[in-house]
Amino acid sequence: MENFEPVIVAFCCHYCAYTAADMAGSQRLTYPANIKIIRVPCSGKVDAIHIIKAFEKGADGVYVAGCLDGDCHFKNGNNRASRRVEYVQKYLDEIGIGGERLEMVKMSAGMGYLFAKIASEMTEKIRKLGPSPVRPLTVQASQPTAS
Amino acid sequence: MKTESKLEKVFASGNLAVTSECGPPRGSLPNHVREKGKYLEGVVDAINVTDNQTAMVRMSSLAASVLLKQEGLNPLLQMVTRDRNRLAMQADIIGAYALGIDTMLCLSGDHTQFGDHPMAANVHDIDSIQLIQMVKAMRDEGKFQGGADIKGPPKMFIGAAANPFADPFELRVLRLAKKIAAGADFIQTQCIFNVDKFEKWMEQVRAHGLHKKCYIMAGVTPMKSVGAGRYMKNKVPGMDVPQELVDRMGAVPKEKQPEEGIAICVETIERLKKIEGVAGFHIMAIDWEEKVKEIVDRAGLLPRPQV
Amino acid sequence: MITAERKPLEELIEFVRPFKRILLVGCNECVTVCSAGGRKEVGLLASGLKMALLQSGNTIEIREHTLERQCDPEYIDELLPMIDGVDAVMSMACGCGVQEVARRYKNMPVFPAVNTKFMGASERPGVWAERCQGCGNCLLGVTGGICPIARCSKRLMNGPCGGSVTGKCEISQDVDCAWQLIWDRLKELGLEDQYLKIIPAKDWRTAGGGGPRKIIREDLTA
Ligand code: SF4
Ligand code: SF4
Repeated sequence: MENFEPVIVAFCCHYCAYTAADMAGSQRLTYPANIKIIRVPCSGKVDAIHIIKAFEKGADGVYVAGCLDGDCHFKNGNNRASRRVEYVQKYLDEIGIGGERLEMVKMSAGMGYLFAKIASEMTEKIRKLGPSPVRPLTVQASQPTAS
Repeated sequence: MKTESKLEKVFASGNLAVTSECGPPRGSLPNHVREKGKYLEGVVDAINVTDNQTAMVRMSSLAASVLLKQEGLNPLLQMVTRDRNRLAMQADIIGAYALGIDTMLCLSGDHTQFGDHPMAANVHDIDSIQLIQMVKAMRDEGKFQGGADIKGPPKMFIGAAANPFADPFELRVLRLAKKIAAGADFIQTQCIFNVDKFEKWMEQVRAHGLHKKCYIMAGVTPMKSVGAGRYMKNKVPGMDVPQELVDRMGAVPKEKQPEEGIAICVETIERLKKIEGVAGFHIMAIDWEEKVKEIVDRAGLLPRPQV
Repeated sequence: MITAERKPLEELIEFVRPFKRILLVGCNECVTVCSAGGRKEVGLLASGLKMALLQSGNTIEIREHTLERQCDPEYIDELLPMIDGVDAVMSMACGCGVQEVARRYKNMPVFPAVNTKFMGASERPGVWAERCQGCGNCLLGVTGGICPIARCSKRLMNGPCGGSVTGKCEISQDVDCAWQLIWDRLKELGLEDQYLKIIPAKDWRTAGGGGPRKIIREDLTA
């Protein structure tokens, strides 16, 4: 597992985390390249199926990043996202992937440093957990075996 | 007189009636029933025999009633609508009457969730008021619910329960009125600790003239300990135990608490005796049958009238 | 609506484990509204099953399809082209839908993916509560529009029992006492006298006691 580089998908709200990621970039704060950012109009827009599909397509970890409490551009999309994340965590446990591979985080647009910090922490955490139990299999299953 | 019931005769004689209860054992131990019955011999006019009380499986009310009957005691058959449909209930009613049981109490029963068979179906084919109607039609019209004639109608003296302390308070008397309209001949109330509230209820009962249409027996229970008082106060839905009584129990040392509980019970009866419309007392001394005699005696209700 | 909840994944995995290719069928009616078996849930379950099975080295192909209505033969025919070549069908509809699929596709094993719960209404987002037990002879007209059969824990037609306290049922603080609700509403309507009328013992034949029930509308039969 030494060279394991996790694939992590971050669903980032346009109004906060996505901008924070930009900010981190412009401030030259480094964060791991493992994070694949997907911009969403609001964290509340991230559906269970998006998260599950990310794992099916090979993600080792996923997080949803929304605005700080009370700051959601659409009032309470971030809180709805938190509850949905909890729900999907349980489903991931049922599937055998493990709910701990999914997280909800909150930040504001100006928190470039927090974005970078969370990205590093999440990468570390997933690296410790190892590859998703379905990743190597999904990759194999979707690639025709070379003969 | 509608029936041969001894309880009805005691009421008719103008005496205050006294009943108590006997919970059948959780097993086939006839002596258990006989022993409990012995404590009540000559002490009460009828002995309620509970029907899978608190939704726990026990020896059937009918079987335990017969055991008491064999000892020369006078059983009062309780029947809940929770466990059997109307076929089974009617069958038991005529069976009970054939075995010499002529007094019964119609109840809906505690929900199965409270007992040790929460997985069992709650039957509730009919409710307690509909059961009263059914027993009355069996007795007075000699008809089964399906319409057929009964050969030898069961002449049951019909009882029902009332809880003056549950909510909504305004319905408590109206529901009693419904039970009486359905055919209840007598009523046994939930245990009374809050006499003031019971008085208010009786005021309304009298305002509706219900005490003239049916005999109302006030229910009492001696507290064995302050713990028992607290439990009834906090854990039993529809039970009203005033804090001052719990405090009074708590104020005496543990070994004196049973005595204090009995004293409270006797005082309660004395207060209840003064309330117009109270036709008797139902003493529920759960697993404490040996103390009923003392309570009845101290309350001045002995000897029981010979009717 | 008819409400349902997905069965535990573990149980569903065992259903499909022997098969290579299944068809997972949702329904666009009630189970969509209660988020148990609509298009979204079909997608989630398909992914979940595939990933769960992969971990024990099984690959399964899952075809997904959601019908407009699964309790209607007209729509079920739509499955014909998809059913060809699958080993089994799993349905996310209520029990009625599952049975209709089974009836139409005689040689196909059909499994339920949800537990059908009750006829209910949505009290607030995410909360559904039982409202009717389909007794076939509705009492709502005399009970203030609140059903004592579905909503009183003891099905009392002449309640409330002695366990009703501060508006709650004796079985739990989370359950409203149906008879408190009935009384409150009768009072609001000025129909207190209605309460005094005894509702007689019910004829349960209309509720299923007379065997499986059927409605026949001659004017509509083909
Ligand atoms: S009375 Fe019968 S039909 Fe009416 S709501 Fe209740 S169960 Fe349904
Ligand atoms: S408390 Fe109310 S709802 Fe519960 S069983 Fe009694 S009457 Fe029915």
